[in-house]
Amino acid sequence: MTGTFVGMPAFPTAAREALGDTQLRTNLAHATRTIRDKRAMVVAEVEDWEELRVAGAAVKEAALRDLATHLETLEESLVRAGATVHWAGDAAEACAIVASITHAHGVDEVVKVKSMATAEIGLNEALEAEGIAAWETDLAELIVQLGDDLPSHILVPAIHRNRAEIREIFLRRMGDVGRPAPADLTDEPAVLAGAAREHLREKFLRAKVAISGANFAVADTGTLVVVESEGNGRMCLTLPEVLISVVGIEKVVATWSDLDPMMRLLPRSSTGERMNPYTSTWSGVTPGDGPQEVHVVLLDNGRTRALADDVGRQALRCIRCSACLNVCPVYERVGGHAYGSVYPGPIGAILNPLLRGVSDEQSASLPYASSLCGACFEVCPVRIDIPSVLVDQRAAVVDSHRDDRVPKAEALAMRATAWAFSDSRRLAWAERASGLAGRVLTRFSRTTLPGGRAAAGRLPGPAAGWTGARDLPAPPEESFRAWWDRTDGGTKGDGS
Amino acid sequence: MSARDEILGRVRAALADVSPAVSVPTPPRAPDRGDLVALFVERVEDYRAVVTRCSAEEVLAVVTGVLDGLPGGARAVVPPDLGLDLPGAVVDAQFTAAELDGFDAVVTRAAVGIAETGTIVLDHQPDQGRRAISLVPDLHVCLVDASQVVADVPDAIELLDPARPLTWISGPSATSDIELDRVEGVHGPRTLHVVLIS
Amino acid sequence: MRVALQVTCVNDAMFPDTGKAVVRLLRRLGVDVDFPAAQTCCGQPMVNTGYLDEAVPVVRTFVRAFEGYDAIVTPSGSCAGSARHQHSIVAERSGDPALVAAVAETAPRTFELSEFLVDVLGVTDVGAYFPHRVTYHPTCHSLRMLGVGDRPQQLLEQVRGIRLVDLPMATECCGFGGTFALKNADTSVAMGTDKARHVLDTGAEVLVAGDNSCLMHIGGMLSRQRAGVRVMHLAEILASTEDDA
Repeated sequence: MTGTFVGMPAFPTAAREALGDTQLRTNLAHATRTIRDKRAMVVAEVEDWEELRVAGAAVKEAALRDLATHLETLEESLVRAGATVHWAGDAAEACAIVASITHAHGVDEVVKVKSMATAEIGLNEALEAEGIAAWETDLAELIVQLGDDLPSHILVPAIHRNRAEIREIFLRRMGDVGRPAPADLTDEPAVLAGAAREHLREKFLRAKVAISGANFAVADTGTLVVVESEGNGRMCLTLPEVLISVVGIEKVVATWSDLDPMMRLLPRSSTGERMNPYTSTWSGVTPGDGPQEVHVVLLDNGRTRALADDVGRQALRCIRCSACLNVCPVYERVGGHAYGSVYPGPIGAILNPLLRGVSDEQSASLPYASSLCGACFEVCPVRIDIPSVLVDQRAAVVDSHRDDRVPKAEALAMRATAWAFSDSRRLAWAERASGLAGRVLTRFSRTTLPGGRAAAGRLPGPAAGWTGARDLPAPPEESFRAWWDRTDGGTKGDGS
Repeated sequence: MSARDEILGRVRAALADVSPAVSVPTPPRAPDRGDLVALFVERVEDYRAVVTRCSAEEVLAVVTGVLDGLPGGARAVVPPDLGLDLPGAVVDAQFTAAELDGFDAVVTRAAVGIAETGTIVLDHQPDQGRRAISLVPDLHVCLVDASQVVADVPDAIELLDPARPLTWISGPSATSDIELDRVEGVHGPRTLHVVLIS
Repeated sequence: MRVALQVTCVNDAMFPDTGKAVVRLLRRLGVDVDFPAAQTCCGQPMVNTGYLDEAVPVVRTFVRAFEGYDAIVTPSGSCAGSARHQHSIVAERSGDPALVAAVAETAPRTFELSEFLVDVLGVTDVGAYFPHRVTYHPTCHSLRMLGVGDRPQQLLEQVRGIRLVDLPMATECCGFGGTFALKNADTSVAMGTDKARHVLDTGAEVLVAGDNSCLMHIGGMLSRQRAGVRVMHLAEILASTEDDA
């Protein structure tokens, strides 16, 4: 049994708790810095990286804008190649399809390749309810599963764990579900990886059914692509008799040659390598080689909702590289759990509300989980303008409350501000009021900023959010506007 | 209505006012890197794979030497058409996964080598064998002919047949899942030995 | 050339000295800068919080105030970014073709101060004198929304007497983020704490940036820590001369 994101608090609350965990912040700061540097190095090696990004974005955008055609082509190509195609409108349908195929083969366990789509639909929990054990075989997923934990990163779901914690989890839990960890296990990463190899090998060798996702699905050839590092993917895709791949409908690219920009963009953006250790591609069934029964489950689960959003549609270009997480100053400090979803970080802050709407408080908090610094857009290999989508999703949140009988205090404040900002005379009046406040503050303040200006220390009420940790300069007695009026733009009197 | 028709209907509705026309520019090519084979060797070694360069006449001796170098001598499995008469090697007879686990090494050829990324691609023709044999044994000796080395990813994609299962290999199995610290050797072969023939 | 100063609402109400510095600097460079009194705010506080309808009359006020000027100069990367990249979104939302057209006129003529100096006036040496140890924080919107690049550094390097020191992790966000500073105050403060630490590591007397809102955040943290580092807007350093020393 793993943890659940259901019932997670809104982002600011979850973030506050995460910020209090110093071990988490140390683990995250180290990990994100390491991968940021690696990415920067291999990206700098590609002279025409910007052009490559433009091509990658166009490949995905073209596929999305004619998605129905490409999905039909994909289905035809897959069937021609010997695969069985299933369609799932939501998570429950997808889980039921997978469970039913597994039951049909009379097995009570499956091995899994790391897959965001299956994490999104809660497949492991659904299979468990059907009496089927789903073994995660990616090292980080294994750490999360054995630790009854939740994923906190797209690429490295156990990024919040350090080596000592992982050693403890392996020692405590491996024996419960299979081959135990050796008693003399150390916390060397190589030794820990070795323990995972031994633990999982018996599961790979006996597995009859495997479950995967896909990084790309090529419409014109019916080819699925899995990009990985450890070889657990190859094990699952090659050794079992039956392979079930759960593929989001946005994974489609039109043609085989479209894989070119993608396979140059993804590894460099993701793990910061020129190429990941292993990529497997397969088109249906190959007689005498690999699984002889191949299923593909095409999953919607909110994707068509996102597709209908003119600004948000671009989020479906995402190739799950996680570069945006690694550069995000918010993610680096609060980690992935605070986002309450298998999709954390900047992409999660737009993808979750796009997939499921903003009617619940947690989803509605996600578009605000960003300072809009734009570092995510800068690194995105498919040029998703995350800051613009964040702002647009904020508007979606606000618009969903426009008919509230009792408006939120924030809405009232924004309306009042907009009213003042719509006419300079109103603004001038507000500034005179603030100037008066400034005069009082300057007279009584005991805080002085370097340079001599008076400031407010801790204030009560709505200002507490600011002054809890930051001094606030006292408003000047005279606004710029009033100065300009009084001195005729600094030309009258002494001009000061 | 079937789930299929519902989903396709939703897709069409979502895109009703959207023009499908998007011009996809040709992705840029890397500039000429000069000696591709040298670059290939350098990049493969970067992944901490082992590379030996030799002539066609020397291949047998090199491979035998690699296998004999394993403690106790290696039990090797080979594909049906390796084209190298390797003493003691067992030709794949559709072994089960458990049987393959009893082999220490596998020797295969490759379809393509990519210089820019240090990648070898197997398309699992009879000189490379089915996917399982180059996966389960712990040492993969891969013979790549210099003439198979291309400059970059787009060149490889042009040459490869998507109807065949393909395995792209860039160094030995690796993980960075623990503190983003790269460790070579998890589930796939922990040692990759590329023999480059020219 | 008719040049208007868009002083920004934050500078108007909170940092009038920055506005005065821009006026002094531009006059010294021979630019007769005007301050259209009808101006208020660029609308970004509403847009970035999701209140697009509320932003419509504010953007309308902006384009009316600056109609007919050849260049609109603003001492804020964030407000220039808002005018250049967000006004069109607000105008589209209004459904008013006249506003869409008006925004298309003002947007490309809006310049952040360093862009105006380097690109429009073609100067990097503005004749400034500032004998202090200074570190520069590139604000996110100037860097990534506008792409001002190293223009501010080019200008600072020509200031006589200045000792410029590199800020570690300079391009990382300070955590201000407009209403983010209030809605996610804990995260904002965590980011600001790291930025303030990097500033202290430089040993600079003065932290300079092109946005007073970010400086208000970082400066507020430095002040709370009694760090003794002063924050100043780029315009104020560029306006300084030997007479001020």
